[in-house]
Amino acid sequence: MSRSHGILLVTHVEEVADGLAKLLGQVAGDVTIKTAGGTEDSDVGTSFDKISAALDTFEEDNILAFYDLGSAKMNLEMAMESSDKDITLYDTAFVEGAYTAASLLQTDVGVDMINEQLEPLKVKE
Amino acid sequence: MATPEKVSHWIEAFGQKITDNKAYLNELDTAIGDGDHGSNLTRGAAAIKEKMLETEYDNLSDLFKDVGMTLVSKVGGASGPLYGTAFIEMAKTAKNSQDINELLQAGLDGIQKRGKAEAGEKTMVDEWIPVIEAVKSGSLSNELIAESLQKTKDMKATKGRASYLGERSIGHIDPGAQSSAYLFETMLEAGVLDE
Repeated sequence: MSRSHGILLVTHVEEVADGLAKLLGQVAGDVTIKTAGGTEDSDVGTSFDKISAALDTFEEDNILAFYDLGSAKMNLEMAMESSDKDITLYDTAFVEGAYTAASLLQTDVGVDMINEQLEPLKVKE
Repeated sequence: MATPEKVSHWIEAFGQKITDNKAYLNELDTAIGDGDHGSNLTRGAAAIKEKMLETEYDNLSDLFKDVGMTLVSKVGGASGPLYGTAFIEMAKTAKNSQDINELLQAGLDGIQKRGKAEAGEKTMVDEWIPVIEAVKSGSLSNELIAESLQKTKDMKATKGRASYLGERSIGHIDPGAQSSAYLFETMLEAGVLDE
């Protein structure tokens, strides 16, 4: 069953993004979860190009985006500005925030309710 | 006046200075960050050099835009989106102006929009703000660039990766302010401020 919302995970290390996607997959098998971890050369860092490419591959028009550290957020924001998708960026604790969103999307909870649940998990600005 | 020719020399000299001081920038970044500021910017500088070799620029806006887009694409750390946004904003302003005050101010506004940093948070912004003030009053010198840089040493980081260190960030020069100091030193050398 296809859903209208997908999740994007942006991290400085490829394995961190992929590892978290694996964790989320356990509770949200029907939710599209994509990752953009590390730089183009799979070094530590984030990549605007990699994030943009990941956004383009979503069939869903609405993306919930989670990131690990500040520079990931900056590249994510730049990619958001040049994307046609409707993307919401969450400054939540990375693992807990993404896990909460994935679990709720899996059970067809609406985005308003998801936002409410994510609000207390906000730890970054 | 900022001409494409002068700005080309400026960007080239900046890239060279970054490359020559790669190890030092990494060292500054190792103390309070993730140790890759020099390596990241050097990668960006190499890509810009390549791009500039294959392109003939007859206007400032295209030059700044290529520099900005290359930095965004090639630099993996925070300096990519920050310097990249600065140059992209300068490119937008350069469509209507060759006034270096306006160009630099647009760059700073871009950095602050992207990084949300204010003065005194131990970031590159603490180099850009005093330098732009000095450019506006016609008093920019290498001394002012160096003094502004030294001031970041006593600041406690409240933005960026160094902020995770809290009090322990005090006593170290901010690497982003150092690379920005190189940017402004080479701007003076290239004569961008000359009539």
